[in-house]
Amino acid sequence: MIRSEILKDIAPILRDQLVVCNIGIPSQELHAIDDQPSNFYMLGTMGLASSIGLGLALAQPKPVIVIDGDGSVLTNLGTLPTIGNNAPPNYILVIIDNGSYGSTGDQPTYAGQKTDLAGMARAAGCDRVVEVQDVDTGKALKEALAAGEATVLVVKCQSGNAKMPVITMDPVVIRDRFMKAVAG
Amino acid sequence: MELNELLPGTAGASLKGTPMNIDKKIADDFVANGVSFVTTVPCKQLAGVIEEVDKRDDIFHIPSNKEDEGMGLCAGAWMGGKRPAIIMQNTAIGVTLNTLATLIQYYRMPLPMLISYRGELREPVACQVEMAVHTKALLAQLNIPTYHFHWQKDVEEFDNILKYTFMCNKPVAILTDANFWGGYGDQ
Repeated sequence: MIRSEILKDIAPILRDQLVVCNIGIPSQELHAIDDQPSNFYMLGTMGLASSIGLGLALAQPKPVIVIDGDGSVLTNLGTLPTIGNNAPPNYILVIIDNGSYGSTGDQPTYAGQKTDLAGMARAAGCDRVVEVQDVDTGKALKEALAAGEATVLVVKCQSGNAKMPVITMDPVVIRDRFMKAVAG
Repeated sequence: MELNELLPGTAGASLKGTPMNIDKKIADDFVANGVSFVTTVPCKQLAGVIEEVDKRDDIFHIPSNKEDEGMGLCAGAWMGGKRPAIIMQNTAIGVTLNTLATLIQYYRMPLPMLISYRGELREPVACQVEMAVHTKALLAQLNIPTYHFHWQKDVEEFDNILKYTFMCNKPVAILTDANFWGGYGDQ
């Protein structure tokens, strides 16, 4: 499976949750598959989805699911110790690990070579780290929501992107409707 | 120069004429303005205020590994209903330009940035001057409202700056130089 197939697969689970989605094609895919006010789409600032989601999870009690990528996590590796030492039980970081920088032309990342992101998350202090294959994402995500414990879920899948339109929604609109969903 | 100007964290005098601790004053103003989520990347000048923030029950203090990461945390906390702030060094302006432009400003979020202004008067480390000479120009280029605390009495403006930040939903910089913090020994 490629990322967009995974997102289609888990869209019914994501629909009822607060979702912070990674910059670029992942946000475009989620937006096209199932746009929701409870989705926060990143339009810039590569690497910070996991941090934004962590701040959100610490600030309020609803579950927060971050859809991140291997390339983005590698861009902001300092996030893993911060998560490992601070993440509350309502925090779920899903790293779609396709071993490539999808939004920029599928250049290979080190996560697709010798680097083990699940191992790095464990070494950083994350207690519940689960690695699954693409087809098992939905089941693992449901288990993470039920776990009552912060989870880092590394999803191994194939490299590739669906052709989706660029998000043209104003960022302040994305942010405002998201904050209403958070407060609602 | 009065003795209390030589002591780090000890301001000249409060309105009542008793000594004022600027670390406590800053933390008090955070609490009074509802700032309850503070992330920090340390600087020697900021050690006292970071310690003070960490002690406060009304503030959740989460250290960051890098300042752009910290701004991500603040963005999330604000969308979750908390008022955030970041405490960092001015060298971090070089780290966070993209985050300021494409996250904090683009989504129109408030972010008070309490910044140690290294490389200014009474600075002992020459390399710090290299970013100091760019600091105000970069902040001006980004249209970030910027205040410079040089005298300890300048801290009296901090409360108004916090109110201003959450009124306009912008990142706002408070540059605090070595003179403000009491200098480095005989420097």
